[in-house]
Amino acid sequence: MNAIEICGATKVFNRGRSNEVNALAEINLTVEPGEFITLIGPSGCGKSTLLRLIGSLIAPSSGQVQVHGKAAEQARLDRDYGMAFQTAGLFDWRTVAKNIELPLELMGWSRTKRRARSAEMLELVKLAEFAKHHPRELSGGMQQRVAIARALAFSPVLLLMDEPFGALDEMTREHMQVELLRIWEQTDTTVVFVTHSIPEAVFLSTRVVVMSARPGAIAANIAVDLDDRGVALRDDPAFFKKVTEVRTALREAEA
Amino acid sequence: MNSARITNTAKSFSAPIVAGLVIFGVWQGALGLLDPDGFVLPAPIEIVAALVDNWDAVSQGARITGFVVVSGLGVGIVLGVLAALLVTRFRAANETITPLAVAINAVPIIALAPIFNNWFGLTSPRSNQAIVVALVFFPIFINTARGLTQVDRSQIELMESYAASRSRIAREVRIPNAMPYFFTALKLATSLAVIAAIVAEYFGGRQDALGPIITQSAGLTRYDTAWAAVLAGTAIGAVLYFGAVLLERLVMPWHLASRNGSHE
Repeated sequence: MNAIEICGATKVFNRGRSNEVNALAEINLTVEPGEFITLIGPSGCGKSTLLRLIGSLIAPSSGQVQVHGKAAEQARLDRDYGMAFQTAGLFDWRTVAKNIELPLELMGWSRTKRRARSAEMLELVKLAEFAKHHPRELSGGMQQRVAIARALAFSPVLLLMDEPFGALDEMTREHMQVELLRIWEQTDTTVVFVTHSIPEAVFLSTRVVVMSARPGAIAANIAVDLDDRGVALRDDPAFFKKVTEVRTALREAEA
Repeated sequence: MNSARITNTAKSFSAPIVAGLVIFGVWQGALGLLDPDGFVLPAPIEIVAALVDNWDAVSQGARITGFVVVSGLGVGIVLGVLAALLVTRFRAANETITPLAVAINAVPIIALAPIFNNWFGLTSPRSNQAIVVALVFFPIFINTARGLTQVDRSQIELMESYAASRSRIAREVRIPNAMPYFFTALKLATSLAVIAAIVAEYFGGRQDALGPIITQSAGLTRYDTAWAAVLAGTAIGAVLYFGAVLLERLVMPWHLASRNGSHE
């Protein structure tokens, strides 16, 4: 069964009004379980809208979005999604550990199970000693790691990420990319990742989905079959070749 | 963490107290040098003496005015918070209550004091309480409503992605988010409430409250007694303000933590 199956999905905002926006036109996309796909494109190409369609945060104007063979809305009600956004979106009034435990509380986990899981997740993102701190005491990169730990805490089958590293400096960003890949390999989740950084898309994903703007459409699917995604990959000629390929596809999409 | 918090609290209290003592010292000293007539400005020592001499009347006045302030503040807070919850929950309520509240806020409430006396009876403290309620309501309502609605969009989307109910989102996100807004309004409301009560008392209500003590003493040129009553009013305002500050620190320890710098 496919992780995500999108058939002819469109999205029109403010239909029939003067500020009508045709955000997405006829999207068809299939994602297999365990894939790491990146949505890339110019700003306003509808990549965040597409992510929100998959996550059932907004409904398509027409067409269908299915996740693991069921409607996206059902998947959301079944809590199949973990989400992370550009802003970490942590709750200041909860400690770091309690932030990670929030989805678990909503799912009715017992206190002991929650404690154990948040400790485990903090180990994973290497922030164990900050469990009792409040989010604002942490740097931007650390907050983002907490947000990712929170998204992964209940082992969602699908992880949706909207430019989660967009606000980070280059050093932290590259470090976080390596961390995310490590976590992805350890947990077997399917990831949909929105970015507008070409090197980030190539470094992270097994497939880059290139989008064009107005209305948002899929212009190209580029498989990235690079092995050993370590630090050395960034200096590998094969990596640069893929970067060039994505860049060309983006330019053609814009033309 | 606790000892640091106590030190911080002590620091934030001690500085204004020292400053206040310095001001009183300069005030006393300047009057000694310039020696104006007593009714222009009595010396702090004379005010304290008048307070001691008229302790029964002033403390009774403070009890009455204090009751008007506290009860009016309490009702105003409850109504303001309820209205804020209502307008953020129901769109129809927002479209009717919000413009109405803005219109009411444009009314100079204190100017209604003589009219309220007519409604509630000239010597009833009810009219004074009504003035306090009306004045406190607005800042509490507007600020709390703002805090309930101005929530980080991604926090709401996150809760929706967990299929959280509306009431759960209110409890986990909107209400904690509104806390700093509410306390800002509460601190403002404490001093507004004292002003409202005393000015309202100038026009009516119980005749042994602080307002009438001030007007009557001033009329009899007993300015030191008038100042003693002002001092009592100040004490009510100060106690309520610091009560609000303490409550804020108890309810929102995270707010204090966020000011102590970050690990970069």
